[in-house]
Amino acid sequence: MLEVSGLRKVYRSQRREVEAIRDLTFTVDDGELVCVVGPSGCGKTTLLRCVAGLLGPTGGAVRLAGNAVTGPPPGMAVVFQEYGRSLFPWLSVHDNVDLPLRQKRVPRPRRAALVSEALTAVGLDGTQQSNPWQLSGGMQQRVAIARAVAYEPSVLLMDEPFAAVDAQTRAELEDLVRALWQRLGVTILFVTHDIDEAVYLGQRVLVLSASPTVVQDELLVDLPAARDQLHTRADARFTALRARVYEQIQAAKGAQPNTAISS
Amino acid sequence: MLRLSGLAGLLGLAELLPRLGLVDDDYLPPASRIVAALAAEARTAAFWTAVGDTLTAWAIGLVIACTLGVAAGVLIGAVPVLRTWTASTIEFLRPIPSVALIPLAVLLYGTGLGSTLLLVVYAAFWQVLVQVLHGVADVDPVAEETARSFRFSAWARVRHVLWPTALPYVFTGLRLAAAVALVLAVTAELVIGAPGLGSVIAVAQSSGAIATMDALIVVTGLLGVAINLGARLAERRLLSWHQSVRGEVAG
Amino acid sequence: MIRRFLTVLALPVTLFLFWYVASRTSESFYAPPLRTILVAFGDTWTWPRLRADVLPSLGRLAAGYLLAALLGVGLGIAVGASRRLRAAAEPVLEFFRAVPPPVLVPVIMVFAGIGNAMKVIVIVSGCVWPILLNTVEGVRAVDAALSDTSRAYGITGFARLRYLLLPGAAPQIITGLRQALSLAIILMVISEMVAASNGLGFTIVQFQRSFAIPQMWSGIIVLGLLGFVLSELFRLGERFALGWYHGRREAQRRS
Repeated sequence: MLEVSGLRKVYRSQRREVEAIRDLTFTVDDGELVCVVGPSGCGKTTLLRCVAGLLGPTGGAVRLAGNAVTGPPPGMAVVFQEYGRSLFPWLSVHDNVDLPLRQKRVPRPRRAALVSEALTAVGLDGTQQSNPWQLSGGMQQRVAIARAVAYEPSVLLMDEPFAAVDAQTRAELEDLVRALWQRLGVTILFVTHDIDEAVYLGQRVLVLSASPTVVQDELLVDLPAARDQLHTRADARFTALRARVYEQIQAAKGAQPNTAISS
Repeated sequence: MLRLSGLAGLLGLAELLPRLGLVDDDYLPPASRIVAALAAEARTAAFWTAVGDTLTAWAIGLVIACTLGVAAGVLIGAVPVLRTWTASTIEFLRPIPSVALIPLAVLLYGTGLGSTLLLVVYAAFWQVLVQVLHGVADVDPVAEETARSFRFSAWARVRHVLWPTALPYVFTGLRLAAAVALVLAVTAELVIGAPGLGSVIAVAQSSGAIATMDALIVVTGLLGVAINLGARLAERRLLSWHQSVRGEVAG
Repeated sequence: MIRRFLTVLALPVTLFLFWYVASRTSESFYAPPLRTILVAFGDTWTWPRLRADVLPSLGRLAAGYLLAALLGVGLGIAVGASRRLRAAAEPVLEFFRAVPPPVLVPVIMVFAGIGNAMKVIVIVSGCVWPILLNTVEGVRAVDAALSDTSRAYGITGFARLRYLLLPGAAPQIITGLRQALSLAIILMVISEMVAASNGLGFTIVQFQRSFAIPQMWSGIIVLGLLGFVLSELFRLGERFALGWYHGRREAQRRS
């Protein structure tokens, strides 16, 4: 289980302090797919970096299976928004997926199997020896997803992974994430600014307030587990959930507290 | 604060190493003695004449090199045929080390200003030319096609498309050329004996005045720092309108 | 293919022929006919001469340059990876880079004499700064997203150096190495001109002092060829080492 309790993050520079996150508390159960949405600039990425152990919180704690997260924990994989920059341009697609496994000291035959399985799962057979920059944006993000999947994480963090790909690719990748999640039973925390995406993907949606951030609302997505782009999005229940998230975000934007505290 | 600590540490080290006898102070005099030598030098007229000579050679050489470099670069860059036909020659001539010309300079100009200028101009010219050519190659094809579709004249294309694109590169070239020009000016003085800081350093060395020699070397370093800072400042100020003050081009 | 060959060779050949024809009847003492220079070239740069003067020069050049590269990249990575160290070291490094490297020759002669060690030390102490500063800059500029990715996937320690910092800083490191290469040739020649008993720089100055003008010209040509060949070799190496970098730039340019 992933627990975030009383998380607070204040950025300090020489002249001023900015409170990005005020007080966040939520949990994600094992095998759950939770989406986090919020108005732009509400500290979603800060939250994700804290959960990933890339950023130390100012207050509160993140716990993974009962252990406090102080640095990047083993068993957690991250897919970043900047697909073009999160892949090693000097390594081939194969080596990009392989490198974290080597660091984990996975034996060679197992590594080969994991890499090729992951690349097949995301539909990237035959690109193993290419360099990432030879692929389209959507394919590059597939490589990043394959890298995360091959790592066999118990928790997968995704930070607005599809914000920079075109609409059609995005729909494909959303279905890919749902399919992988159902097959692998991995816990997913999916950060996005897109309301439709959050409702379409998640079992649960957390709506964040504007910065300094608290949890504004939390709702259960009671849509059937089998979803598809055409019917789910036309479903009356989907529309209703979407409307609710939308209203909450508008409310969050309206009640914007001051963001900077001068020291 | 931190930035000053590094310099302070260096000075402290240069003072302590010879004082503690860790290095022979005939080889490396303590920093305080170098500073004293510098102060003594600064009171002599000969020192300031030498600084003036070096800077004169530097400035004249730089102006000539930049004028030639920019003119040649824009001309070659604006005419695609010239670009393809000169590419190999430029690639061949550029890496010729400028110091190879030292014996020639000595024969032609002896120990006069001409020797220094020959080396300075040769070395600085390539820096400018290569950057200008990079800049010209960087012209956005869409901008170029836009200009053509509006039936701009050739001159207007150079004036409004090519030159503004190349300008940041021109400045990079000038900055690099300014640094290289100082190196070659001092080198020519040191090796050939043309008047300037370099020849004064050679004299100090042969007469065994190590502290004075080190002080003069520090002066050349300070001149270099001043030239770099000045060039960077000028670049920033003059190019502040440009959306990106570009980094150096690999080349 | 033939067309390409023509555009590459046309201008150099024309210039060469022009020089040859224009200097054919030259009476000038300083600018002898190219024919005379070419004859002198063949007579001068024989195998024993190459072994006695060119090889020692190349040895000093290689030793000094490689040492400078090792030192520069090693220290540069260390300095670049630490923000505090970088802030403290930068003004010092900027100063050392600004010192015209040839003035190091007299300083180093004071304690290293005039042997091979002096020349190697001169080359190292002149070449290390551009490599060092460019490496620092390269490490600093390693993509933040990539750095995060490495941390998130547990790529630390030596693997971080091998797969993130070195390749990430490679474009800048190569820029530094290129600047250092031309500097190394200059310093090799100068240190041999000032104090040596063999080597290219020494030989060429000897020719000049004894007014062996055609031989001196042939020496200048040898230095030019050396500079050209080394820069071509460097370019080949760079193509190989930075294939990904140029490929990505092309890809970005097209889109």
